[in-house]
Amino acid sequence: MVEARGLTRRFGNRWALAGIDLSLEAGDCLAVFGPNGAGKTTLLRVLAGLLDPTGGSARVGGIALPGGAATRAQVGLISHHTMLYPALTVRENVEFSARLHGLAAPHAAAAEALARLRVLDRADALVRTLSRGLQQRVSIARAFVHAPRIVLLDEPYTGLDATGAAALTTALAELRGAGAALILVTHHLEEGLAIATRLAVMRDGRFVRAEQREGVDPAAYAAEYRELTAVAG
Amino acid sequence: MTPVREMPGTAGAAWTIARKDLMVELRTRVAFLAAAVFAVLAAAIFFYAWDPTAVSALDLAPGVLWVIFTFSGLLALNRSFGAELTDRAIDALLVAPISREAVFLGKALANLIFVLGVLVVTVPAVVLFYNVSMSWSAVAALAGVVVLAAVGLVSVGTLFSAMAVNTRLAELLLPTIALPFLVPVVTSAAQATVLVMGGRPGSGVWEWIKLLTAFDLVFVAACTLAYPFTIER
Amino acid sequence: MGATSNVGVAGHGAGGAGGGAGAPARDESAPPGRDRAPTSAPRPFGALFWTAVAAVGVTYVRALAFTPVEALQGPAQKIFYLHAPAAFTALYLAFALMAISSVLYLWLRDPKLDRVAACSAEVGLAFTTVVLITGPLWAKPVWGTWWSGDARLTATLFLWLIILGYLVMRQAVEDRELRARYSAVLAILAGLLVPFIHLTVYLFRTLHPQPIVLKPSAPSMPAEMAVTFALAFVAFALLFVALLRARYRLALAAEAREEADGSGGPN
Repeated sequence: MVEARGLTRRFGNRWALAGIDLSLEAGDCLAVFGPNGAGKTTLLRVLAGLLDPTGGSARVGGIALPGGAATRAQVGLISHHTMLYPALTVRENVEFSARLHGLAAPHAAAAEALARLRVLDRADALVRTLSRGLQQRVSIARAFVHAPRIVLLDEPYTGLDATGAAALTTALAELRGAGAALILVTHHLEEGLAIATRLAVMRDGRFVRAEQREGVDPAAYAAEYRELTAVAG
Repeated sequence: MTPVREMPGTAGAAWTIARKDLMVELRTRVAFLAAAVFAVLAAAIFFYAWDPTAVSALDLAPGVLWVIFTFSGLLALNRSFGAELTDRAIDALLVAPISREAVFLGKALANLIFVLGVLVVTVPAVVLFYNVSMSWSAVAALAGVVVLAAVGLVSVGTLFSAMAVNTRLAELLLPTIALPFLVPVVTSAAQATVLVMGGRPGSGVWEWIKLLTAFDLVFVAACTLAYPFTIER
Repeated sequence: MGATSNVGVAGHGAGGAGGGAGAPARDESAPPGRDRAPTSAPRPFGALFWTAVAAVGVTYVRALAFTPVEALQGPAQKIFYLHAPAAFTALYLAFALMAISSVLYLWLRDPKLDRVAACSAEVGLAFTTVVLITGPLWAKPVWGTWWSGDARLTATLFLWLIILGYLVMRQAVEDRELRARYSAVLAILAGLLVPFIHLTVYLFRTLHPQPIVLKPSAPSMPAEMAVTFALAFVAFALLFVALLRARYRLALAAEAREEADGSGGPN
């Protein structure tokens, strides 16, 4: 689903990505941890087709980067920003996304996505009247309406209460079950460890550690993570 | 389970975006009311600053009309991309599998309808305040000038507002960079209006209309092509 | 302008920061002890600048002392040896270079091209200011009014405002790459706008003298005047190049200093 070899991206003379290798299958969920400025968001934006890589190679859903609109068509992007229009209703927001993706039946697709995220009963409410947690669920429905094969998540838990966070975790498990590959970027270990199948720690544009989730002890991982990302003297 | 889809064309995607913008505006009506109230207030202020014994109404009305057009137009354009930034909805637009040109044309189309809507209020207000009597053919000619001028204002205004919202000065920057570009638009429109309102539409009007049309053709094309360059990639 | 002291600070700052650790391909071209390397200590005002100043000086000595006084306008016409070449340089050198290097920037994405565009804008602003000051100075004795709404001077005023807007926008964007892209887009559109401004102001017929010098038919001015004009154009072109080069070097030094400050922080 996602393959990258020596992927780099430079901003001016700063290397935000300094050589990333990764390989994800359908149903995989990679959690990428790292301090601010490690290059996590840049990685997502490059894989989403929003930024061109400077060097290296990558295939997203079988299409080589930079793949332009063809790459973007397969990607769903979720972040701590909801990317919704507060003045529109839930349904209008998700239908708008369906239309942008060229779905033949935007109304039905929106209803289905909202039902899957269990927000269909609020479909005609204005987004700005919803709680932050509900808004985030609508945002996931928005990103999932076109059944993306690759879902990219940038700190999606920020600003969510416990209920919202639980709903998000359930939704992500369902996405994975439906055969999507997920990349979750966060600096909160618990969130990532809860749903990931693979783990990576990013620093200065590189994966400084990568492994399977299976068999990893959260407490030990947390201690080693702190050591890895401690600011060098 | 992949839904039926077809990559949306530029025109279709542009219309989807324009429709969404107009829906947001219809829901909130804040920007339209602000611009329309501004237009009427400005017309009233110009009226009370006017000495009818010194300057005839026909000499003043065209200038008043197009000054109001310029500033209410800029007021309207500032909101265009600001609304996309509230919850980073612009990211969802950019990650959708549509061309950047479609994003620009969609925003520009919505702005055009918005500006024309404000003009529907402004023109009668000015005509009434200054007691201008026009034949139906003059009204038709004025409508043509209004549409041509609005296209010119909106093409450069949409592009510059997309840029201005990402700068430190935000909406303060728009007039600074856009006003020089409105010189040919406003001058041509005002001069054509003088001739049309005065009931002497001759070859003079055509000269100005030709200039306006040329401006529209050049800048709609140039701004559409330039917009993708304002987006990081 | 405090130019030399700026450069000095930049040199020491860059040396002190000494190659940040880790990231690939970062500033490889910075050998230690480059303080004494002559090429990295730019002197903004070199021989070219003084040559240009001398050329301008010679032009004015010739214009004032050795060129006949114009019969109709009297001594006021002398200001044209300043006004005309400044206008020519501003529009056809500074503004054109700004637009062309902006097109090239969007194509090649080389920061050098952005710097050239920014520097020609600043130098162009200076020349346009000269045009805007000398125009009314000439108009007052000859036409009896400072500002007559004349077409070409009005067009120059808008050009001046466009360049000013361009420079204001540059100030408002911090990210270098974003600034370069936005500036290039604005400059290219401004390039397209200039013909429209000229068309607009020409549709208002005014009393400005038509360009006599560049008329391809029989030259209508005495040979001495023509030679002085030619000299003035060359001198101004030279001055433009010299100022552009000086401004470019200052910009380079300022960027180096900024970078040194930026990477000096966390280390």
